[in-house]
Amino acid sequence: MSTPGPATGIAKGERLLRVEDLEVAFTTEEGVVQAVDGVSFELSAGEVLAVVGESGSGKSVTAMTLMGLTRSPNARFSGTAHYKDQELVNASEDELRRVRGAEIAMIFQDPMTSLNPVLKIGDQIAEQIQEHQALPDAQARERTIELLERVGIPRARDRLDSYPFEFSGGMRQRVMIALALSCDPSVLIADEPTTALDVTIQAQILQRIHELREETGAGVILVTHDLGVVADIADRIAVMYAGRIIEEGTLDQIFYDPQHPYTWGLLGSITRVDKPRPERLPAIRGLPPSLANRPEGCHFRPRCPHEFPKCTEVPPLESRVEGQPNHRDRCWLPVDEKREKREVRPGEIGLPDKEEAPAA
Amino acid sequence: MRFTVRRLLNMLFVLWAVSVLTFLIFMVMPGGGDEQAALRIAGRNANEAQVQTVKKEWGLDDPIYAQYADMMKKVFTGDLISYVNQVNVREEIVRGIPRTASLVIGAGIIWLFFGVVFGVLSAVYAGRFTDRALNVLALVGISLPVFWVGLVLLYYLTDRIALFPPGGYTELGDDPVDWAYHLILPWFALSILFIGFYSRVLRSNVLDISSEDYVRTARAKGLSERRILIRHTLRNALIPIVTLFGLDFGAALGGGAILTESVFGLQGVGQYAAESIGRLDLPPIMGVVLFGAFFIVLLNAIVDILYAFLDPRIRLQ
Repeated sequence: MSTPGPATGIAKGERLLRVEDLEVAFTTEEGVVQAVDGVSFELSAGEVLAVVGESGSGKSVTAMTLMGLTRSPNARFSGTAHYKDQELVNASEDELRRVRGAEIAMIFQDPMTSLNPVLKIGDQIAEQIQEHQALPDAQARERTIELLERVGIPRARDRLDSYPFEFSGGMRQRVMIALALSCDPSVLIADEPTTALDVTIQAQILQRIHELREETGAGVILVTHDLGVVADIADRIAVMYAGRIIEEGTLDQIFYDPQHPYTWGLLGSITRVDKPRPERLPAIRGLPPSLANRPEGCHFRPRCPHEFPKCTEVPPLESRVEGQPNHRDRCWLPVDEKREKREVRPGEIGLPDKEEAPAA
Repeated sequence: MRFTVRRLLNMLFVLWAVSVLTFLIFMVMPGGGDEQAALRIAGRNANEAQVQTVKKEWGLDDPIYAQYADMMKKVFTGDLISYVNQVNVREEIVRGIPRTASLVIGAGIIWLFFGVVFGVLSAVYAGRFTDRALNVLALVGISLPVFWVGLVLLYYLTDRIALFPPGGYTELGDDPVDWAYHLILPWFALSILFIGFYSRVLRSNVLDISSEDYVRTARAKGLSERRILIRHTLRNALIPIVTLFGLDFGAALGGGAILTESVFGLQGVGQYAAESIGRLDLPPIMGVVLFGAFFIVLLNAIVDILYAFLDPRIRLQ
């Protein structure tokens, strides 16, 4: 485990990723945009961590930084991210190349634009396999067919020589998943994998990711803004707001005992088809802050109905609920007061009743 | 395959339309009736007898569609002659073709090669010294008129220092070395504008494509930067260059290199066009226009067919 080799036989529960105090800032014409601000988390084998937040909360930048895809002349990084023993933030391009695709693979948001339009899909997958393993063409081809079958592409052998434009969006996303899985990565990062797809396809794709996690034992980071998606497959959730993780916990902790007012707002804005329709769709008042000019202290303060003077200090991400050391949040309110004040209650908007919830 | 056939049929139609337009522009639009038309065709210094001959040979008393048919018949059978010097137009063009082709094919290879190399270098080093230097060079190249570059080259490299021959042409078959020796300066003079232009276009294409999602995907696959550039970025960025090259190459081959040919006295199709225009000699102008149109339309069709190979999305439409 000292050097990242082919990820065969990942021990269940083995820690794969450890991100500590990650900061990413971009220098732009409007000033310095602090996209990621002190993010820390861990990911273990066989676990699905959902990173949830609005557009611009820094969730995609966090995910892409792990693969070195945000590197650019105007970007500044600090903090560390370890994949097993390989540090990623300060790694050289050559070190990163050995990790990319082979150890950590990524599924991107828009399958319509994420595949090269002028290359056959079989070649695009085989190219990745052969970059990381010395396989003859014929074997790489067989492996590609296997992968395409595994993600549920019918008549995979005949589709190898098809071009991306001959596939529907859902099929292209399957190709992307096959591509991501081609070198048996230990970590799979899915950046809004279903946002560009219609609802029925969404469910199928998520189901595939869920099953693949079971089959391969890989750790999955699922970046999304859709709590519905999260409820289906996540084990743990990290809620991001304006570049920070503001609450982190298990699926149950976040859905049934949310601690941060922003999390309440997110949960409150899910509408339910099995309850009477509210007059207006619930929404969090106000707008997220500009990342170039964020409020002091708690970033959610200007939009928070429960603001009090203490909020001008940055609340640390720490465990505040007794007996729940892995449930951490960044809100100064005492836990009892939060439980009393939060408007979101199971069975009302957004949250299913505890009893109705499928066994986690 | 069906695409190719359809494209070729389409090309024939365009050629026909060009011939009709040529006919209308030269014969009908200036007005003044058949008498004036005959005067125009016969040339500036024609006498009454010549004008009457033209009138009869071109069937100028006939209805318009018959006049068109007469004109096209002359073009195809090679009966088109200049009444100014009694020279057969087709023979003149045929004599000019190897000269023009030597110039344009050589220059085309040069400008495509350096355009691509400089464009890629510029994009890879975007914002840095190499890019800035190439940018200045490209702008200089684009701004320098061919006739000026040509004359300066001739003055310094043949007149002051007798490094190159002062214009003229040697058949490739007679003496290949002398052939190239005569063409080096013209190749350079003709290429310089296109090199500047192509490198700028390619630079911006490469930079555009670099920010495409699929290039990010390629990077996420762990490919080397070199492979990403060649297989993913350039493969897509070069597609528009193919169009540009096809059109520019076709236009130059069809007699568009008028200035270069004239400055270096190559006696190609372009120079023939230039001289005929200078004499207001209508039949050769007509012939060269149709000849040029043929190459432009042909190269256009070739570009479209090539496109279908380069971009699979077009193939199946």
